[in-house]
Amino acid sequence: MNEMTAPAQKLTIKDFTSDQEVRWCPGCGDYAILKCMQRTLPDMGATPENTVFISGIGCSSRFPYYMSTYGFHTIHGRAPAVATGVKLANPDLDVWLVTGDGDGLSIGGNHLMHVLRRDVDINILLFNNKIYGLTKGQYSPTSDPGTRAPSTPQGSIDAPLNPIAFALGSGARFAARTVDTAQKHMPGVFTRAHGFKGASFVEILQNCIVYNDATWAGVTDKSVAADAQLLLESGEKMIFGSEGNKGIRFNAASFALEVVTIGEDGITEDDILVHDETNLQLARMLAELGGQEGEPMAMGVIYAVPADTTYEHAVIDQVNEYKGKRSLRDMIYSGQTWTVE
Amino acid sequence: MSSEIQVLESAVVRFAGDSGDGMQLTGSQFTTSTALEGSGLATFPDFPAEIRAPVGTTFGVSAFQINFGARSIKTVGDHPDVLVAMNPAALKTNLSNLRAGGILVLDSGSFTKRNLQKAGYEDNPIGTPMLDDYQVIDLDISKLTLEAVKEYGLGNKEALRCKNMWTLGLMLWMFSRKREPIIDWLNKKFAKKPQIAESNVAALNAGHAFGETAELNVSIKRYQIGAQKSEPGLYRTVTGSQALSWGIAMGGELAGLQVVLGSYPITPASPILHTLSGMKEMGIVTFQAEDEIAAICAAIGASYTGSLGVTSSSGPGIALKTEALGLAISTELPVVVINSQRGGPSTGLPTKTEQSDLYQAIYGRNGDAPLPVIATRSPGDCFEVAIEAVRMAVKYMTPVMLLTDGFIANAAEPWKLPDLDALEPFKVEFAETPAEGEEFNPFKRDPDTLARNWGIPGVKGTEHRVGGIEKSFDTGHISYEPANHQKMTDTRFAKIDGIANDIPLQAVDQGEDTGTLAVVGWGSTFGPISEAVKAARADGLNVSHIHIKYLNPFPRNLEKLLKGFDKVLVPEMNAGQLKTVLRDKFLIDAKPLNQVSGLPFKIEDILSAIRAELSA
Repeated sequence: MNEMTAPAQKLTIKDFTSDQEVRWCPGCGDYAILKCMQRTLPDMGATPENTVFISGIGCSSRFPYYMSTYGFHTIHGRAPAVATGVKLANPDLDVWLVTGDGDGLSIGGNHLMHVLRRDVDINILLFNNKIYGLTKGQYSPTSDPGTRAPSTPQGSIDAPLNPIAFALGSGARFAARTVDTAQKHMPGVFTRAHGFKGASFVEILQNCIVYNDATWAGVTDKSVAADAQLLLESGEKMIFGSEGNKGIRFNAASFALEVVTIGEDGITEDDILVHDETNLQLARMLAELGGQEGEPMAMGVIYAVPADTTYEHAVIDQVNEYKGKRSLRDMIYSGQTWTVE
Repeated sequence: MSSEIQVLESAVVRFAGDSGDGMQLTGSQFTTSTALEGSGLATFPDFPAEIRAPVGTTFGVSAFQINFGARSIKTVGDHPDVLVAMNPAALKTNLSNLRAGGILVLDSGSFTKRNLQKAGYEDNPIGTPMLDDYQVIDLDISKLTLEAVKEYGLGNKEALRCKNMWTLGLMLWMFSRKREPIIDWLNKKFAKKPQIAESNVAALNAGHAFGETAELNVSIKRYQIGAQKSEPGLYRTVTGSQALSWGIAMGGELAGLQVVLGSYPITPASPILHTLSGMKEMGIVTFQAEDEIAAICAAIGASYTGSLGVTSSSGPGIALKTEALGLAISTELPVVVINSQRGGPSTGLPTKTEQSDLYQAIYGRNGDAPLPVIATRSPGDCFEVAIEAVRMAVKYMTPVMLLTDGFIANAAEPWKLPDLDALEPFKVEFAETPAEGEEFNPFKRDPDTLARNWGIPGVKGTEHRVGGIEKSFDTGHISYEPANHQKMTDTRFAKIDGIANDIPLQAVDQGEDTGTLAVVGWGSTFGPISEAVKAARADGLNVSHIHIKYLNPFPRNLEKLLKGFDKVLVPEMNAGQLKTVLRDKFLIDAKPLNQVSGLPFKIEDILSAIRAELSA
């Protein structure tokens, strides 16, 4: 994000809502994310003229059309590259990138990796519904093995990718996770992502009501959420559960995080780990948490360590260091020349 | 040794050796010295794709050819007058092209059993009838070099690396060229390694002195080639990649836009990325992307944001950029796309030249996706063509394909430095905040050019969304309406076709405006066609030369012009692409003359095709 002059008058949700009719399927998780964004941007001090939403291809990538900011609906997988160009041309813009599990991790995996490692100052929202929606339901790189889809009638075979682990592995300095229906949790994550100087990566667990309904039910349903989600706050103990008595402990023998119950087997609150969003090793373990039965999925800011500068600012600073020291004319007219009388 | 100096009108010298022998350096330094004498010249660096191919092999031979003369030189010359062969492999691969009676300079020290074997010679050809047709100067250059640099204490390997400078010294003597610019250059280049600098200078001087004093086994004359008659002014040599990069920077200045280049390394286009990356003083931003697609997408993102997006590649890379090019066409954003063509298909011949991407440029996209195509014809011409590409891109809000090729990219020629202050600016104006109550429409068009409004992020009131989905002609919003798609497709064509009214009429380079035969070319075949037509006309043949710079749209008088000739011959370094486009657009019986050897045309081949066509 960038320091922008705050608008004179407080903007509202209306200032960020375009006049275009939203064309997602009724009940799609995208609606909630869109509303949350339109609602939260005014609180962040954002202005429509300095905000750009850039997307690739897929259901989520229609997002820019519904924002009354600048928007660019690009081509499949390439939004990170377009966003990089936007930031190189004007580093002061607030750029949001909207992508999905197919767009961002399959066809665009390469670009996502590089925009993260370069640490271009953009906010990346990856809507993960574990399916290709717009092409009518094929399995995606995050689909659970065995997913039956038109292209995998006997069930998919390949192992899925964990988006947060991918991001951290690519060198992301900010990684967070939230849920489409979590209207109280999501604004905070968006605000943190926006405030982070550098590439911020947010995975949003999103429900595709038509092709992969309830794929996240085991994590997001109200009946299980308390036990299936670990809401992270840096500096706070990682305690969760409907009874508030479950916690995360580091098991030095297995070199892994484990779920323990406070009050059982002599476990006390002192045994529970404190979340530290600046600890990369912890972040890597938290990214994978939820993969085993009984483990919660980590929600909130998993990792956040800004660098001294961001990619586009470093590039522009380098240019500015030399800019104006020599003219094009001097360059062309230099070297070995001769005169014809 | 006789010191008699014979005056020549022009000469072709070819330096050939192992990839590690420094032939490109030798050639380019010979070029510098020649240019400073004011001679006309054209060069042809001809090197393998391998960085260091196995020593002594035929596929590891690297060559540099220069044609220079006391007149304007437009080609690299059909046949060398002098061939310098630093090893048996260089002799093997280059001898057949040497003019009969030509001078052959050999480093006999490298004609060892092992090297002869590697080159496929059973016996040493030196002293055999195989070389009877040539004036052979066989010298143990290796040994002579070692002696010359002995006092500087280099190791054997390092000392031998001065061989090329020894050879250069001899050639400078042979052609009465000055050593000083090269000595200056060596001292500058090796400023931090005085031992290397001194050794190389000593080798250069020794080679020169050898020519002056030695009794050579054949009578070798010294030659003098004077300055060409050129327009008065300040000159320098320039390669295509340099001139193109400078032209892009100049175009950015004239448009009042920041240049953002997105590029990915690829032969032979990389020098443009390198040159522009070294131009931060002029505010040029360069981005070495993760791949070709990201390179053009970043350029598109930059253009969307109000910079001038540029991307540069070669055929295989352009293929990868194709989908994104469609996005730039659909969103109507200016992007300059430079294709330094090379031999194809696929990886093809990375370091060899070809002009086989014309179809790709004009037609190679999904959907009906027109864009302007413009081509350079020589290294110096690149400057002006690059500026023109920028002008068309910003004036018409469109990606422009600029075609150059591997030959032009690497070749050098004398270039009269342009008066930059005399260039006409074409400053871009972005959309401004609309008046109260009015709404911004990104697809509102200029009635003359049909270019759309360029509104950029950061400006209040021009917020808009664009994308690759079809847009309403009236509002710019998404539209799937059948009639609208028809109208938008027609409009995109009309916009590009309309550029024909904004480019110069097609001129005839040589000859009459009507007649028996028109030889029509584009790109780097300009030189050989021009010389062939000149020779044919000197023989009294009725032939004209038409060189097309604007390939899409064509100049509006081109059809009428071509129809004024009984016959049209189209020499191309491809299997007949312009020929097909001309037939399609004008229903004329254009005849192809095709060569895809990875080498430029020879004048004689075009000349014989002209004769055949006229006698048919």
